[in-house]
Amino acid sequence: MTTRTRIDWNNVVQDVVDMRGEDHTALIPILQDIQRSHGHVPREAQNAIAIALDVSQARVAEVISFYSFLTEEPQGQYIFRLCQTISCEMDGKDEVASALERALGIAFGETSEDGLFSLEYTNCIGMCDQPPAMLVNDDAFGGLTPQSVQDIVADYRRKGEER
Amino acid sequence: MKTNEEVREQEEARDVGTLVRVTINGREYRARRGATILEICQENGIPVPTLCAHDDLTSAGVCRICSVEIEGSWALQTACTMEVHDPGMVINTHSPRVRQARRAILELLLAEHCGDCYTCAASGTCELQEIADDYGIRELPYERREPRFEPDDTGPSIYRDMNKCIQCRRCIRTCDDIQSVGALGVFARGPEAHISTFADMPLGDVVCTNCGQCITHCPTGALREVDHTPEVWKALEDPDKHVVIQTAPAPRAAMGECFDLPPGTSVTGRMNTAMRDLGFDRIFDTNFTADLTIMEEGTELLLRLKAALVDGDTSMKLPQITSCSPGWIKYMEHFYPDMLDHLSTCKSPQQMFGALMKTYYAEEQGIDPESIVTVSLMPCTAKKFESDRPEMVDSGHKDVDYVLTTRELAQMIREAGIPLPILEETSFDEPFGDASGAGLIFGATGGVMEAALRTAYEIVTGREVPFDNLNIEPCRGLEGIKMASVKLEGVVEEWSFLEGAELKFAIAHGLANAQTVMEMLRDGELDDLHFIEIMACPGGCLGGGGQPMPVNDEIRRARATAIYSEDEDLPLRKSHENPHVAYVYEKFLTDGPCGHKSHDLLHTHYTPRGRELK
Repeated sequence: MTTRTRIDWNNVVQDVVDMRGEDHTALIPILQDIQRSHGHVPREAQNAIAIALDVSQARVAEVISFYSFLTEEPQGQYIFRLCQTISCEMDGKDEVASALERALGIAFGETSEDGLFSLEYTNCIGMCDQPPAMLVNDDAFGGLTPQSVQDIVADYRRKGEER
Repeated sequence: MKTNEEVREQEEARDVGTLVRVTINGREYRARRGATILEICQENGIPVPTLCAHDDLTSAGVCRICSVEIEGSWALQTACTMEVHDPGMVINTHSPRVRQARRAILELLLAEHCGDCYTCAASGTCELQEIADDYGIRELPYERREPRFEPDDTGPSIYRDMNKCIQCRRCIRTCDDIQSVGALGVFARGPEAHISTFADMPLGDVVCTNCGQCITHCPTGALREVDHTPEVWKALEDPDKHVVIQTAPAPRAAMGECFDLPPGTSVTGRMNTAMRDLGFDRIFDTNFTADLTIMEEGTELLLRLKAALVDGDTSMKLPQITSCSPGWIKYMEHFYPDMLDHLSTCKSPQQMFGALMKTYYAEEQGIDPESIVTVSLMPCTAKKFESDRPEMVDSGHKDVDYVLTTRELAQMIREAGIPLPILEETSFDEPFGDASGAGLIFGATGGVMEAALRTAYEIVTGREVPFDNLNIEPCRGLEGIKMASVKLEGVVEEWSFLEGAELKFAIAHGLANAQTVMEMLRDGELDDLHFIEIMACPGGCLGGGGQPMPVNDEIRRARATAIYSEDEDLPLRKSHENPHVAYVYEKFLTDGPCGHKSHDLLHTHYTPRGRELK
């Protein structure tokens, strides 16, 4: 997200396909790779993947639409995913949610203008013993409070700005 | 403790296909091991409602409407996916729990299904409507969902209204498994899940062949053809227009189904009368241009053979592949754009007829081509796209103005209150008259090949094809890919280079089978083949996307039987013996098959499209 130069998605896809192979079963690893490296899998890339793997464009797009961790639209460098399932819901999720929106300056479903943060809800992440809980990219945080959330956001802001 | 008999039964049951004992609704049946409960019920005449199941498709088990109760099983099971393995299964297809569950499923489906039956093209053939009627649903306990989608009416052939979709996925399985096209998919999850195209693009803009198989496999009215009936009514009502209709061979073998006649009832003569009663000025038989196609395409094949075998010219590609099926043509343009030179350059019979109508016919009859409206009756939705192709204006006008599917014409006949089943039979009009049986069998898979062989063999050898009563059986039947050959011996002098040659050919129907053939061709496995016939739809045109519903192999076979027996009863069975064809070559296409004038009017070119989406 740091560069705004035009990306040649055909090249991006070709590099990943060279590594993962052209079999249709490589579809999900390919999508994960591109999501990880580029923060999203735009339609241009989907088109190229479909042709490289000899599957339909509809097949590629429906897989992306099914999985929450694959997106067509660009996302922030750090994606905050707050758990909305029962244990977290019952133990202060709403207060933490408001604190997150304030600290990040965006609402749920949005990405910050500087491309640093995205905020969304997730279903159960298996941390029901430490509610309320959230993921920031691959890092898990439990026992959240409105205060702890501010510190976590500040840490990531620092990390992001250092880059 | 198991009895000895039970132990023995269980041992026997290990082999799929052996018989096992099952109890359904208190009665005992012997069932094939490995068959689904649905298959067993259907074989024994026990009604079980289905929506996502279709004879042509693999089971999906997504709609749950076929739920049945199995003794000892906690949950209800879907009959379409549950196989019988162990002997002694006790099944109930209408216990209170089953009926209650089905009613709940039905009510939920109906709450999501937006659209009124009386404005729906599928009313009367809708499977959802039928089940709702069987269950006597008179009101819904739920608030009905608001329409979520804008209907897509932008395509050339197919109209989609996803508000009527019940997400059975039959269209997706059809497009993927029967046609290998993959235009459709399921997007998002849970209550947001819906069937759509890549990036919700209009069907006309994605990789779609317009074949309409999604329509004939849809249980509701979510998919239908783009309606040309208003334009046709308007033309018929205009006294200044000379409205002619050409009718393809497949609709006459299926139209009866729209009037409760059994599948396989040929209604050629009655349909002619009905079209006359509707006000069409002339009724013509597309079989005439099917005969013409055989002359052109057969000549083209012989020219390609001569170029390859005598002149060593490799620019003329062999095998030559047929070009009558517009769904197939668009499939080639998308998936094999580098192999388009294998396609015959012949236009389809529909487009040949259109081009002749506004040139030869207009001249002959002294009618201003501007005032002629050419309508065609086709078993096909892709024909609508074909008639709209920008290059199909060789007469100086739009060669074919409107295309009606079998279903659309049936609807017009009903609207006019014309009692088709009891009408008298009348024949086709001059100057094209009755065509040959060879043209007629174009409607079935293998028919073009059979018609071509009847003519080509005779031209080359001077003798009739060596098959009993001209019936070339290796070309017939519903096997997905057929391959055969005919040895050419004792050839006439003009074709002496073919002496002893074995004419090898293949026939495929359904685009998944076509794909298999094309991959083999690409891999060099079919280099010794001379001619390939491909039809986009299963069964050929008789199973086309514009034909009546329902459809399955039994119905396709019945329609094929109607076509083949009509062929056998015709006095004229070979295209080159059609006197009207000879007359057209004598008077109008004077430089003969594949001559200059033919090239201008009857041949075409193709557009490499590829699979990239913009």
